[in-house]
Amino acid sequence: MVTVNLDAAFSALADPTRRAILARLAKGEATVMELTKPFEVTQPAISQHLKVLEDAGLIARRVDGAKRPRRLAKAGIEAMDQWLAMLRKALVKNYDRLDEVLAGMEQPKIKRGENR
Amino acid sequence: MSKLTLKTEGDKHVIVTRHFAAPPEAVYRAHTDPKVIQKWLLGPEGWTMPVCINEAKPGGKIRYEWTNGKGGGFYLTGEYLELEPYSRIVHVERMHLPDPTPDNHVETRFDADGTGTLMTMRMTLPDAQTRAAMLATGMERGMEASYVRLEGMI
Repeated sequence: MVTVNLDAAFSALADPTRRAILARLAKGEATVMELTKPFEVTQPAISQHLKVLEDAGLIARRVDGAKRPRRLAKAGIEAMDQWLAMLRKALVKNYDRLDEVLAGMEQPKIKRGENR
Repeated sequence: MSKLTLKTEGDKHVIVTRHFAAPPEAVYRAHTDPKVIQKWLLGPEGWTMPVCINEAKPGGKIRYEWTNGKGGGFYLTGEYLELEPYSRIVHVERMHLPDPTPDNHVETRFDADGTGTLMTMRMTLPDAQTRAAMLATGMERGMEASYVRLEGMI
């Protein structure tokens, strides 16, 4: 069960390495070793980033023998998506209202033939 | 017909674009005339802006206060840095929740686009952490109202 903490999720995203890790996991599951390879940082540093992402509910792990492959946590990613969609909706609402206000405003006359 | 785009750029920027079926002069006025701003910059249904101070000149003050009429409310303050009628506005702003959020530096451009206007708003936050916090706690203006409402629903 993944619990989603939006504050933690967005601050987890404020780091470029963690964003890159998520981008990699978006392509599929990966082990810590596979995740460490593309970055110029140590494995403990990657493990620390993975812990932050896991605590934020953005990734999950499973047990595969000695390995603990990580994957994106669907619930966490979806919670962020929904949140951003809601912010977007509030902004869309404002500008839809502005459309109506503009339609009601007296428009300055546009000269014929003016090409802009 | 969704005309709004909202995206992040680099570590510190958020870019919003929107097309309007009115010339830049009108869209610019809608962003600088308090009487017009009070009609649209409201967020979700049910919120109003009883206080709207907007001194559209360099160094001029901005203060917007919102309320949901049920005891919920918050406000935003800011200052104008540059104004080029009717094409460009640069200002800084911060939300008070009630503690002030770090300054959001906003450049808004109004470019003629056919018979309408393409508005491009480029927000710059002090750092990646602040941008993340802004996205997490409700973006700006009316967006915060959604957050307050969401809290009521949870």
